[in-house]
This record gives sequence, structure tokens and C-alpha cells, in this order.
Amino acid sequence: MSETLALSRIPLDQYAELLGASEIEELRALAKPLRGRSIEMINSTAVGGGVAEILNRLVPLAEELEINIKWDVMMGGEDFFEVTKSFHNALHGAPYHASPKDFEIFLAYSERNRATLPLDAEFVVIHDPQPAGLIETRQPGANHWVWRCHIDLSHPNRTVWDFLEKFVSRYDCALFSSPEFSRQLPIPQYLFYPAIDPLSEKNCDLDPQFVSQVLGRYHIDPQRTILTQISRFDRLKDPVGVIRAYRIVKRYFDCQLVLAGGSASDDPEGAIVLKEVLREADSDPDIKVLELPAWAPLEVNALQRAATVVIQKSLREGFGLTVSEALWKKKPVVASAVGGIPVQIIHKHTGLLAHSVEGTAYQIRFLLSHPEIAAKLGEHGHQHVKENFLITQKLKRYLTLFLTLARGS
Amino acid sequence: MNVAETPFEFVTVSYLTRIGNQSAGTLAELLTGLEHCSDASIFHHTFQTLGSHHFLTDGFSNDFAQWALSDTNRNDLAEQLAALDIRDYVSIAALRSDLCRVVGEYCAAYPNFASQSALERFYFCESVELTAPLGRNARTLDEFREGIEHLSHSGFYFHFISSRLRLQLRTNDFSHWLADGLGLKSLAESVNHIDIYTNTLDSARAKLLRLIDRERRKA
Repeated sequence: MSETLALSRIPLDQYAELLGASEIEELRALAKPLRGRSIEMINSTAVGGGVAEILNRLVPLAEELEINIKWDVMMGGEDFFEVTKSFHNALHGAPYHASPKDFEIFLAYSERNRATLPLDAEFVVIHDPQPAGLIETRQPGANHWVWRCHIDLSHPNRTVWDFLEKFVSRYDCALFSSPEFSRQLPIPQYLFYPAIDPLSEKNCDLDPQFVSQVLGRYHIDPQRTILTQISRFDRLKDPVGVIRAYRIVKRYFDCQLVLAGGSASDDPEGAIVLKEVLREADSDPDIKVLELPAWAPLEVNALQRAATVVIQKSLREGFGLTVSEALWKKKPVVASAVGGIPVQIIHKHTGLLAHSVEGTAYQIRFLLSHPEIAAKLGEHGHQHVKENFLITQKLKRYLTLFLTLARGS
Repeated sequence: MNVAETPFEFVTVSYLTRIGNQSAGTLAELLTGLEHCSDASIFHHTFQTLGSHHFLTDGFSNDFAQWALSDTNRNDLAEQLAALDIRDYVSIAALRSDLCRVVGEYCAAYPNFASQSALERFYFCESVELTAPLGRNARTLDEFREGIEHLSHSGFYFHFISSRLRLQLRTNDFSHWLADGLGLKSLAESVNHIDIYTNTLDSARAKLLRLIDRERRKA
């Protein structure tokens, strides 16, 4: 049984104010042949995580275009989600010892959901590996099936991928966030970027007074340079490397460093990394390590807007939407050339890429020495996000995909 | 006021990016890729990328040049690739031939650089194009101006940039119709001279509208 989902409804006309009426008119023109046709989106969670966040925005926008779209969530027990979490980590390349029982659990839940979910829409979009097995219900030629993979499959665990590939190969096409995340498959693969919503609390314009309040709350001096990295306390985000880069920058520029991420209290690994970060910070009063509440979009928005330079010094990354969030706010960004970041940061055009602690520090120093270049990168970055990484662009890509699939048939 | 027999029909375009099976980790591999990739891939990394990065007016020209610059650090090669102007080409075959020539000559001149590993690989992708009519057309210059003013970036790109390949002529949809539909050859030529590399789509459109306004004042 699927859950009933409460969706965030922002009318398309509000996006027109931001993007121009012609862009919305174009969406309506593209959607016209799809009016009344059915689409079913399926993922494994109604709340939390980027996929649910995107669907929560995308589905109402498609409804406004008179498309018969629905979003269903596949049901699973604790055992299922334990297995799929292991699969998820293994597909990211983490070590994993496959047990036949795990695959049995996966298949059993796939079968149970096949019996309860409708799966009869003209276009069925399955998000990520958890519901991938639903494809077994497909009748030849009955409808179009799309697999949207939000994770990095560049170095997957062989056993898990071999198991999943049997399902994936039966879809009409697969969608990936970056070409390097894709696999050799017998079906077409398309590039689908994740997206941010410019009208969400995390990205909407803020009253400068509110930004000041947030800075005051965390004892950040708005008059001095602020370097900011927003990300959870995870070694792959290299917060310790960020502190080391900051220390190099500090030799040349008076500055503060803000490292803000979700609370690490319910994440054992996060708590360990947080300790490492605090040890590296060594009580430097200019390093602000902030454990934000689990859902604090306005605070994140304010910290990004207050930053002089935004850093994303990840060692490995999925897409890294925090980069798009910062670019949307016209911030100069220095980020690692990993995962989906180079798609967002076109080096020397929409930001600066770095490959090491020293490189990160150098690029930050360059931007602080050349504020006019920093401003230009921020402006270009904003345009880049506007053209490519907004929820409206994502909707446009889906419309194009459905029309292409329909045309093909 | 001139009235065209055949109206100008405004459409918009949307692209899907299909991920290809080829990638390059060195300049030599880039050359192999350029020789063997599909026409849709050459289109994607030159014409289409110019449209989707129109706001970059200081040196960004095509994906091959950008990769040569940022991932292989070969500024001289990047400059040569960036200097290829898509307005000079009426076929993908001719554009591919020049891309191969530039990269091939560079690899021959600097064999050490040709085999040096790039920071990040280049992935060959393809554009899948889908057009949609906007339900608007123009028979007069006034209607034409009105239609252009209300075009999205994609629609403007389709008529002004990618049309060159469709027409197989060194012109664009707007100039083509101005000359053939309304007989305004001089205006058509001026429109065709708007630089698509140093203008954003917005500033190119603003220039085009200014040219049309000047023509309207003459009437």
C-alpha cells in the first residue's frame, strides 16, 4: 500500500516571477501533449533525503501542468531497509559480504510491493535501487519504465551490481547524475541533474536582518571575512582538510571559518568525525563548528548568504547540491573536482576547482585578493544554476524524456 | 508594412543528454573519440553547450576547449579549439574534421602531452532534441518583434544558433525569414552579424530587437 503524501505546493506563476514568463510558457508548451497522461513516481521514503525532497516539489508542479502524476512509496520492514542500506554502501564501493538471505529479503519485498502498488501508469519512474525489482511486473509493451539512479555507480561492489543489473537492463532507460556514475548497459542512459528549488526555505531570498540574527546567534562577526562549508560531519567531506586550508589562508587574510552540519548525536560515525574536527580546530575562536538541528533550512540559507567564500572540499561526492545552493546565492565557490561538482563548477567560469588542501587555500586566497573576480564567478554561477540545476529545469527534462519515450514507441 | 506570405512560426526546443560509451583520459584518446563519436555528440559539445552556457562570454566556447584547458592544462590547444566558430560550419562533418585536425596536429607536435593523463576524463555525450510549437506566428515585423521578445532562452537558441545546421546555410532562422519573408536583406545581414560568442542570449536578443526597432522607425 502506498502512503498518502502531503506535497509542497508553489504555483508555477511564482517561478515565472523569478525565471521569466517565457520559461514557464515553454514548460506549458512541452507539457501540452502529456496532458491527462499518467506518470507514477516510486521511491522508498516519503520524508528525508534528497529524492523525497525533489519529488515533494516536482509532483505538484507536474499536476499544475495537468499531468496525471502520482507519487507512491514502496513499503519495507526494518530488515529490508537494512539490506538496502548495505546495498547502497556497497554500490558506493564500500566492502560488503553478500549473503543469500539479503537477496531473498530484497526479492520478497519487491514481490510484496508488486502486489500492492498500481504500476500501471503510462510512464513509471523508479528511484534508486530499493524499488528496482518492481520491473518484474512489467508486461511487454504495456508502458514505459525508467530507472532513476541517484547514486554513484562508478566503483560498485560487483556482487550487488550483478544482482541489480538484471533488473536495470529491463528498463527502457536509466538516468544518472553524472556521466562517470553510469555503467555499460544495453539500454540508453541519460544525464539528469539533481535540482534545487529557488523558492524553498533553503534557497529563497532572506531579510538581511534575519541573516544578521543567525550570525549573532553563532557569534560570527559579519564585518570580517567568512569562509563556510556546509555539510554533515563525514570524512568524505574532509572537514579537517578545510581547517588546514583555512590555516594557510589565515596567514595572509584575517578570516573566520564556519563548518556547519547536521547534529552528529544520532550518527556514531558523525560523532567521531566531529571530535576529530574539534581536535583539529584546537579551540581557535575563529573556527565555528556548528551542529545545526536536523532540519534548519533557513539557518543554512543564512549562513550561505553571509559567506565571503563557500567551500566544498569533498574527497568523494554524489552530486554535491550544496554547491548549487551557494552558486544560486551568487557566492564564489572553491570546491574539489570530484563527483558531480565539476558539472556545477566550470573552472574559472562559475567557480574554482582544487585538488588538495594547498590548492584549496590558494584558490581562496586568490578570490579574497580579487573580489571583482569573485563577484563575477558568483554571478556566472547563479546563471549556470538558473539554466541547469533548478527544479523547473528538472521538470522540463522529465517532460522531454516522456515525450521522447512516447515518440519512440 | 510588409506582410509575409509564409509566417514565421515560433517553436521552442528541449534537449536530453544521452551518455555515450566513449570517454577520453588523454588528448590522444580525445582525438580517437572525436574521430568516432556520433554527429549528435559533436553537436552536443559545440552547438548545444554554447546555448546552455550562453552567459559565459569571456572565453568559454565549447566543451572540448574547456576540457583541454581545465583538465589537461594545455592553454594553447584550448585557444585553438575555442577559436573554431560554429557560425563557419553548415555541417557537423566539416566541424568534426576541423576539431580532429586541431587536436591531431597538436598531438603530433607534442607527443608527450598527447599521452599525459588528464585530471578528469572527458565523457562523450549526445543531444536528443525535441521541439514544441509555441502556437505563435508572425507575418509582419511588429508581430515578429513581439514573438522574439517573448521567446524563452531555448526558443531563442533554437532559432538563432542551432538553426544554422538545419538550414545548411551560414544564416539563422530569423535572418532567413527577414530576407525571404519580408525582403529585408540588410536587416537580415545585420542580425546575422550579432556575435554569439561575446553576447549572452539576452544581450543578443536585445541587439536584435534594437535592429528591428531601427528598421521600424525607417518605415
